[in-house]
Amino acid sequence: MTVQLQVRWLVACPLERLQPERGVAALFGDTQVALVRTHDGQVHAIGNVDPFSGAGVLSRGIVGDRGGVPTIASPVYKQAFDLRTGRCLDDPEVSVPTYPVRVVGGMVEVGLP
Amino acid sequence: MKDLLVIGNGMVGHRLVQAVRDRDAAGAWRITVVGAEARAAYDRVALSSYVDGVSAEELTLPELDVELHLGDPAVGIDRDARTVRTESGRVFRYDALVLATGSVPFVPPVPGRDLPGCFVYRTLDDLDAITAAAAEAMAADRPGRRSAVVVGGGLLGLEAARALRLLGLSPQVVEIAPRLLPVQVDEGGGALLRRLVESEDLQVRCGVSVTEITRDRDRLIATLSDGVELDADVIVFSAGIRPADELARRAGLPIGERGGVLVDARCRTHDEAIWAVGEVAALEGRTYGLVAPGYAMAEVVADQLVGGSATVVPAEIDTSTQLKMLGVDVASFGDAHATTPGALEVVVNDPVAGTYSKLVVSDDAKTLLGGILVGDASRYGALRALVGQPLPADPVALIAPGGVDLGTDALPDSAQICSCNAVSKGAIRTAVESGAHDVPAIKACTRAGTSCGSCVPTLKKLLVESGVEVSKALCEHFDRSRAELFEIVSATGIRRFSQLIARYGRGRGCDVCKPAVASILASLGTGHVLDGEQATLQDTNDHFLANLQRNGTYSVVPRIPGGEITPEGLIAIGEVARDFGLYTKITGGQRIDMFGARVEQLPAIWRRLVDAGFESGHAYGKALRTVKSCVGTTWCRYGVQDSVELAVVLELRYRGLRAPHKVKAGVSGCARECAEARSKDFGIIATEKGWNLYVGGNGGFSPRHAELLASDLDTETLVKIIDRFLMFYIRTADRLQRTAAWIESMEGGLDHLRAVVVDDALGICADLEAAMEAHVANYSDEWRGVLEDEEKLARFVSFVNAPDTPDPLIRTRVERGQPVPVGMPEVRR
Repeated sequence: MTVQLQVRWLVACPLERLQPERGVAALFGDTQVALVRTHDGQVHAIGNVDPFSGAGVLSRGIVGDRGGVPTIASPVYKQAFDLRTGRCLDDPEVSVPTYPVRVVGGMVEVGLP
Repeated sequence: MKDLLVIGNGMVGHRLVQAVRDRDAAGAWRITVVGAEARAAYDRVALSSYVDGVSAEELTLPELDVELHLGDPAVGIDRDARTVRTESGRVFRYDALVLATGSVPFVPPVPGRDLPGCFVYRTLDDLDAITAAAAEAMAADRPGRRSAVVVGGGLLGLEAARALRLLGLSPQVVEIAPRLLPVQVDEGGGALLRRLVESEDLQVRCGVSVTEITRDRDRLIATLSDGVELDADVIVFSAGIRPADELARRAGLPIGERGGVLVDARCRTHDEAIWAVGEVAALEGRTYGLVAPGYAMAEVVADQLVGGSATVVPAEIDTSTQLKMLGVDVASFGDAHATTPGALEVVVNDPVAGTYSKLVVSDDAKTLLGGILVGDASRYGALRALVGQPLPADPVALIAPGGVDLGTDALPDSAQICSCNAVSKGAIRTAVESGAHDVPAIKACTRAGTSCGSCVPTLKKLLVESGVEVSKALCEHFDRSRAELFEIVSATGIRRFSQLIARYGRGRGCDVCKPAVASILASLGTGHVLDGEQATLQDTNDHFLANLQRNGTYSVVPRIPGGEITPEGLIAIGEVARDFGLYTKITGGQRIDMFGARVEQLPAIWRRLVDAGFESGHAYGKALRTVKSCVGTTWCRYGVQDSVELAVVLELRYRGLRAPHKVKAGVSGCARECAEARSKDFGIIATEKGWNLYVGGNGGFSPRHAELLASDLDTETLVKIIDRFLMFYIRTADRLQRTAAWIESMEGGLDHLRAVVVDDALGICADLEAAMEAHVANYSDEWRGVLEDEEKLARFVSFVNAPDTPDPLIRTRVERGQPVPVGMPEVRR
């Protein structure tokens, strides 16, 4: 629960700006966050910077699933990332950060440390 | 949205809804179903299995996306107001109304027919009531066997007799015709059938009718027309069915002579907003009591509701039947009673073995028309599939004991294996080849074997004969190859990925199948690639209509057909590149690539380019890229044809054409081949007499020279053959398979390709050409489409909460006078 105490909730966009299964990027200071709304209505927030290319592009990947795990595939070299944990499914050594996310009054808010 | 109201929730009504849902990708129809039975739709063909212990839940058909009102029969149609009223007083409005009320059992007007203990055999509720009555009789404290009388010796009557026997009763069947199954079998078959069922402890009385039913204490007595009295605990009427056309009669719709709502070949009644399907429909005057014709009608109506013009051809309606009744196999198919003029009958009757087989053949004994099998119906599947086909052997040998073994090899691909669902051998083979390696998998993807099940042995044979094939599964979400998905999308009319994966795949999709399906949809001309759900399928390149580069910026390539460009065009491109700080480079395809554009800059860049007369070059897509050319006869001293003009014509013809992989082309004006046309997917080299067409070349990882497909063609013929070649490639190639690999993987290789696209060996050339004409007619510039659409433009932002803030990770330095990316932070590969 300590995590929640340290989080600052920042508004990203209205929920309807998130087309299901298509991501968008948001910028908070220097932090780039990829926001993805999956088919079941869940909103996920992970780091937007692709660790394999260093480019801020993860939000532009294809959203889907691998064996039931919700994923987004890097548009650069196609590695898949678990939207819930940020873990790369093609290379367990690699992961991207995840951020708490909530919808308040129709607005998507991201919790940043 | 329009309202489709379906009255009746039986198998045919259910199929109709499913067929509309499958086709109505745009969601034009809201569907409401009103049913008299309180249960969800169930498999009535398998009704008798209920007595064997199959539960009502197991018989229930899949739930569909409709508004269902069950246990509330429709009681009136107001055709002027286009409304339907139900018993409970609800009123439903409709734009299209489909009557699928089925039929009601025919109960002959026999005195006493309403006495307790008399039943009909039609619904699960009927079976519940019969079961309860049988149980009560079995429990009664009196000596002697418990018996039942079945009135009617047709298909349903024999099923009822079997069910009653399972419930512990001794049934007697009373049939007014001189034989059992009078519709399905002839006199010879009927005689054997009777002998066989009697040996299974079933008593049969043919040529007599029931004249009266009376009550004698707790039992019933059925008096027959020959004076015999049969006592029974239960009497079941199964003397045929009558169309449930009461509602239509009251609404003033014309009714057939023998009942049923009159419909034309489109299954439309005299009221053009009302259709009728299944047992209630009198198709050109005739009603059908089988499920297969009902399904055919349902498909035809569904097609019309989405704008098609399908019709039912009565002559093609399959009334084949097979049943295993009380241990006796019976099958009847095609023209079983030899009603075709001049038809010949070949009979093999073996009373010792207990088999009777008859084939009906055309007057020249070359074509199979139909047949009857009693006692041994193991050849039914193979023989029925041969109906209308040339006989593979002497007809006697096909039915004689120890005769020709009918493998499935003998059948042509067009032969229908599952007549209930109209599935051909070719369709099943395709399913097997695409990874359906057992019967459930074949059932799941073709529907073959899902209704009466009589073709399941043939399905098994096909599996055995096809051997084990390597899976062509696209990814974990689809077991099929791209080519098969193309066929499915093309045939079913499904136009949304979510529908396709729900029906033919699993899960949510991935970066393999989503772009593959997006490409299929685009090839079929389904509107802008960023429309609705399609936008979520696109790879980042297709999503931003530009090519992603390693630092997250994009490159921009306007189309320069044939590599021909005016000075004004060059200046416009130069100014755009300068004003937006882009790096420029000439490509191998004779155009200009501008690098380093950020997402949020793309619309402004394209606004300038479109204003200067440019359009998308599709450098980002698996699509036609360029048609490169040499300078040709206009300038060159050696040229023999105008290569530039042809290249421009071809590039404009095929621009925007999505394909399994990128497609490149070239045109050289003479044999010196300056355009390097033979390194292209299709390359054209001028000759003195016309054009030589080469196909299957590529550069890249494994360079390939294109091979000669046809020579000395005039321009018109050349374009035709390229049309066919490209469309055939788009339809049948695997995902990311260039033309060279595609031709190589083809059985027969280049010769086969030539047979198909030059000699029209498959008879599909007209279709391929039409598909290309449709592409040409429907082309529009994708970038213009984005600039004119606020919703699409909204995607082009760097950050959703800071739309114009450049990505801080993108930094450039100058190298040889142009901006290039500088080191990206922490790169790992």
